Amino acid sequence: MLTALGKTGKFTVLGIWFFFTVFPIYWMALTSVKPKREVNDLYYFPNEGATLDSYRVLFKDYAFGVFLRNSLVVSLVASFIVIGLGLLGAYALARYEFSGKRQVMLAFLATQMIPGLISLAPLYLLMQKLGLINSLIGLTLCYVGGMVPFATMMLRGFIQRIPPELDEAALIDGCNRFTALFRVVTPVALPGIAATFIFSFVQCWNELFLAMILIDSEGNKTFPVAMRSFIGGYWIEWGALSAAVMVGIIPTVIIFGLMSKFMISGLSAGIVKG
Amino acid sequence: MTATMYQPSRKRAASTTRMLKALAFLTPAAVMILVFVFYPVLRTVQLGFQNFNLFDQLNIGYNGLQNFRNLINDPNFGTVIKNTFLWVFVSVFFQFTIGFGLALLMKTKFKFIGIYQGLIFIPWALSGFLMGLVWKWIFDESFGVLNDALLKLGIIDSRIPWLSDARWGMAAVIIANVWYGVTFFVIMILAALQGVPKEMLEAAELDGANRFQTLFSVIIPYIRATLILIVLLRIMWITNFPDLIFGMTQGGPAGRTHIISSWLIEKLTLDADWGAASALGLMTMVILFVFTLFYLMATRLEKDSGV
Repeated sequence: MLTALGKTGKFTVLGIWFFFTVFPIYWMALTSVKPKREVNDLYYFPNEGATLDSYRVLFKDYAFGVFLRNSLVVSLVASFIVIGLGLLGAYALARYEFSGKRQVMLAFLATQMIPGLISLAPLYLLMQKLGLINSLIGLTLCYVGGMVPFATMMLRGFIQRIPPELDEAALIDGCNRFTALFRVVTPVALPGIAATFIFSFVQCWNELFLAMILIDSEGNKTFPVAMRSFIGGYWIEWGALSAAVMVGIIPTVIIFGLMSKFMISGLSAGIVKG
Repeated sequence: MTATMYQPSRKRAASTTRMLKALAFLTPAAVMILVFVFYPVLRTVQLGFQNFNLFDQLNIGYNGLQNFRNLINDPNFGTVIKNTFLWVFVSVFFQFTIGFGLALLMKTKFKFIGIYQGLIFIPWALSGFLMGLVWKWIFDESFGVLNDALLKLGIIDSRIPWLSDARWGMAAVIIANVWYGVTFFVIMILAALQGVPKEMLEAAELDGANRFQTLFSVIIPYIRATLILIVLLRIMWITNFPDLIFGMTQGGPAGRTHIISSWLIEKLTLDADWGAASALGLMTMVILFVFTLFYLMATRLEKDSGV
């Protein structure tokens, strides 16, 4: 009896939270398919007038394809570089004992205490010196710099779980440390690498303020920066905006949905940010 | 750590080559961090003590503590600090409590738990700024679904000016932040709960402990260090999370829903006063550092975790 009640209570609570979590996204999806003249009408289920017009407006009138491509390129390239540099660093920290290692690890961890926002102005000035203002390359570099410390620590956690005998065997078979890392350790650490990659991708995809400051030409805007122009004026066109929000969250939702198992173990293993 | 197993005096030459090899692996990452993380911090310290306004570029130069004085004398300063405390502590309180509760409910598997988790963890992967826009639309006074639903349910009889009134505005951004951040706590606490040894739980059950006794005298003490650490990390993170507010209110009306980090963004972009923005960033860092010291002393974290 008590357990039955407990069960009902448990699923009621889980159900309420589910509703609260999903409703805002449902509401945005619903708004995005309402016909233009009905955007302000408060009905709760799509009617027969449901249309993809808002999405058409988004890609035709606002040319959102370009912004999506920019975001995709920057996030993918940055995340690949982050994994490359992170794997090298993580391997050193997981497999070598050397003096000063403790200090190096502390320096990596200390970066997590530094609020990213304080770097905005200095990074602009730095990019200005390098001639990389309004450049997607400059933005990518900054993202790599921001993500590398966390990725290194996260990957180190995964590499440490792999028995060192594995790469020692590879060394005996004629590999050097470098080829051992890429031929032997990397394949085994692949789930961890995937988790780190997704984490990095999501962070880059969602980043707004740095992109906002570094990029000023229409053609180089990333997706969040382009979204900002929607709210710049007094009048907000909620139909197109909700379609844009849906387009902007779909990539991360899909990736996360496919990989949530990895992410949960990965994030909690590799400490905590985001 | 295995540092104790390693004896540096054994062979100096071997240790040097080992160090060089390790350095070769570490250098690329280290260079990126030095250039893109640590150098900007130093530059911020410099900017914080400079008159550095993009609208006044002829007069860039050191101005002592002027930026800090200007900030403290700003009529909005008190509100910003108060809002920051509300934003951080009210959000973290609800995120933690709800997250802990949900994690306990999800500890034992049920049908479709995988799909359920996948769906309720989604907020974690979404852009705070975009979700700020979503919540802005939900909280809209005239056309927002929240006022409409509350009216239809008979809970209110006139529309609440959610985003045009500062008090309701703070409530609104905090509600959105709770929505956004519960996921993090569920993920972390769920992982911690799964680390509690089954034997301990069985032993408690054998001793006749009920669920609440097990929770408070076995589970919570066991994961206490983790809880303390994730709350601290989250407090720091939320302090520096202006994205939601930037999407929802942009700090308005009249700067009354700004927190310290969204104010920093306004100084940086709208006012183009990079000296003030940097000074604000430095203040945030110092406040967080002092808070961390007190927090760690108050919770005596090091005693429990054996760090």
